[in-house]
Amino acid sequence: MEGVADPDTAAAAIEFRAVTKRYPGRSAAAVRELSLSVPAGEICVLIGPSGSGKTTAMKMVNRLIDITEGDITVGGQSVRSLDVTELRRGIGYVFQQIGLFPHMSVEDNIGTVPRLLGWPKQRIRDRVGELLELVGLEQSDAKRYPGQFSGGQRQRIGVARAMAAGQPIMLMDEPFGAVDPIARDRLQNDFLRLHAEVRKTVIFVTHDIDEAIKMGHRMAILRDGELVQYGTPDEILATPANDFIADFVGADRGLKRLLLRKLAEIELAPAANGERDDLPTIDEDTCLRDALSMMVTQRVSALTVLGTAGERRGTVSMESLAHFADLDRADADAEVEA
Amino acid sequence: MLAQLALPIAQGGGPVIPTFQRGSDCVRENRQFCWDWFSSHWSSTFQPRLIEHIELTAIAVGIGFVIAFVAALVAYRWDWAVNPATAVFALVYTIPSLAFFQLMVPFTGLTRLSAEIALVSYTLLILFRNILTGLREVPADALEAAQAMGLTRRQTLWRVELPLAMPAIMAGIRIATVTIISLATVAAFIGVGGLGEPIFNAIQTGFKTQFIAAGVLAVLLALVTDAVLVVVQRLLTPWARAKVG
Amino acid sequence: MQSIIDAFQFIGDNLHFMLTKTLEHLALSGAAIAVSLVIAIPLGVTLGHLHKGSFLAINASNIGRALPSLAIISIGIGILGIGFINVMVAMVVLAVPPMLTNAYVAVDGVDPDAVEAARAVGMSPRQVLWKVEIPLALPLMFAGIRTGAVYVVATATLAAIAGGGGLGDVIVNQASYGTEGVIAGALMVTALAFLVEGLFAVIQRLLTPRALRHEEGPVELLAPVIEGT
Repeated sequence: MEGVADPDTAAAAIEFRAVTKRYPGRSAAAVRELSLSVPAGEICVLIGPSGSGKTTAMKMVNRLIDITEGDITVGGQSVRSLDVTELRRGIGYVFQQIGLFPHMSVEDNIGTVPRLLGWPKQRIRDRVGELLELVGLEQSDAKRYPGQFSGGQRQRIGVARAMAAGQPIMLMDEPFGAVDPIARDRLQNDFLRLHAEVRKTVIFVTHDIDEAIKMGHRMAILRDGELVQYGTPDEILATPANDFIADFVGADRGLKRLLLRKLAEIELAPAANGERDDLPTIDEDTCLRDALSMMVTQRVSALTVLGTAGERRGTVSMESLAHFADLDRADADAEVEA
Repeated sequence: MLAQLALPIAQGGGPVIPTFQRGSDCVRENRQFCWDWFSSHWSSTFQPRLIEHIELTAIAVGIGFVIAFVAALVAYRWDWAVNPATAVFALVYTIPSLAFFQLMVPFTGLTRLSAEIALVSYTLLILFRNILTGLREVPADALEAAQAMGLTRRQTLWRVELPLAMPAIMAGIRIATVTIISLATVAAFIGVGGLGEPIFNAIQTGFKTQFIAAGVLAVLLALVTDAVLVVVQRLLTPWARAKVG
Repeated sequence: MQSIIDAFQFIGDNLHFMLTKTLEHLALSGAAIAVSLVIAIPLGVTLGHLHKGSFLAINASNIGRALPSLAIISIGIGILGIGFINVMVAMVVLAVPPMLTNAYVAVDGVDPDAVEAARAVGMSPRQVLWKVEIPLALPLMFAGIRTGAVYVVATATLAAIAGGGGLGDVIVNQASYGTEGVIAGALMVTALAFLVEGLFAVIQRLLTPRALRHEEGPVELLAPVIEGT
């Protein structure tokens, strides 16, 4: 994605320092002494049951909700010390209801913050073109109005709008919640692909554990305003901190771990020939769980893995998959036993 | 042509025919509608009154809009102001126009000022209600996005809220304008001109053409203005028409 | 200010006369309202029940609102001459649109689920109309009647120039009644308008079941009291 001098520069790290939010008239704090660090360029998912304070925590980053105690720093600067308008112009915000401006064209919607920042018109136009391609829309969509698009498309526009000025951070509050499951899956995949290219620091709130596992580099599980566990999805699935987490992630957490890796990433047993020639084949770009699923439905205990050009790369057995699903063992690269 | 209408004419009281030396048969017999009289008197009688009428209306709606706009912004910001404002505006709106104009005379005389005070008052309820409703119906998610993106309050008002309130505001302007066109006909009663003047004059003479000409002109003005404002409304809100099928 | 005081004096001195004029005014208004009701309501309700004729019903109000009342009276004089018929026709022409439109929209817009439930229970179309649609449509329908009624009372003031009598007679007749009389007439007709508006507002409140009490409906349709002319 070349062309205009890339405004998507360094992402900024976010840090919560003992952040507390108390509402007047309520004894329990909505968020209590939350401390966590989100490294620059990573997606951190905040997840928890309703009332856990996940959305409140996120909204304190751009001060849509005021911090009662503690502080949040963005790129080292305290959010409380910055002018709130300037702060928000440096943070992209995507939420479930999307909130596109119905009276503005797609182009004008996306260009909102650049216009506020005084970018020249041509630069904005070029930027919009770039972003439309990035989020998977047509160039001709620029002149149309939000009302003419489906929910999934509108959220794509929402994402484009949230990164138009190269904001180093993005806050996302259940952004894909209002679309059907198929569209949601596509949106998630496309967002991950986008993020791989444009690495912003993202805080992503969801209540869907599967979405959290899929989207997050790290997950923070909150309950009643407190942080219960913070780690990579694999860590949390393998070694949940307590029963609550174990329940929350689901009894099938072993299987869920299999979602996190693809066949291309693990060591395979050598490609067999001869008596194992008739094994069903599977593409290496498939996640381990789908491989297991194929083994179960086809009633075999091993598969031949094919590379991108269709060449045989090796075989994988059910037993070796089981290693990756091991509970209470977080070591990722377990040795494969053929 | 109205002249051909064969309606029974109940003429209680025998009207006086204007004695124009040059009067055609049509005029002398006071037929339904004398086109010749109308066209010859267009520039002397009807056109100036039409222009006066448009002026009266434009001034009233213009001033009324400014007042109602300010009031609506205040009420939008401070909720408690809504009821008192609505009550006052509704009160003046209920006053029958003939009475309103007449009641102004002891205070501001038989002047345009009297007429405009009354006419402006009539615009307020409609405009205030529509502007306020328009603002209130701006989708909450658009407002949340605006706030989160770093628009100041003023920027949000001018770039998001008011544009989105535009359909309701335009509807209000349209209704108000047409209403004032109607009421301005009565203003002639206190001598400020407008299309009502030929009507009131005709009462003395009973000259049918005058009644019909002035009446039809007023109706046409109202209908044409309404249609034009509908077009303006559509032009100003292109986004309202473009929807997902 | 003096004029106002003089006006009250006038009312006091000529109470019987003023009351007679007021009654004339009310009678004329009442007649026009009655005729308008008879034309507008059955038509609006029927069209709404059948969900037909929406273009006519809705645009009737838009056009009707645009018609300057004095102009209608004026055209009426040109065609029908001075007299009761003319005045009645003008007022009915002006009062029918809001009543018609509201009656139509009210019945047409009754919650379709309620109608479907009624039909499912076995009610005949006529029963559905009378037991479900009309009661639910009543508040909005009445708002239209109220608009039309207040319009009529105000227009009746102008009826004077077409020989309709009523308080308008006093207001346009400075020669006979003097400034005090004219002001007095203006004051009384204003008071009358307030009374009628207030009365109808109360009735509307009573007719609206608590559950349905909310802010006004479509801004354009429920344009408040269509002005007094």
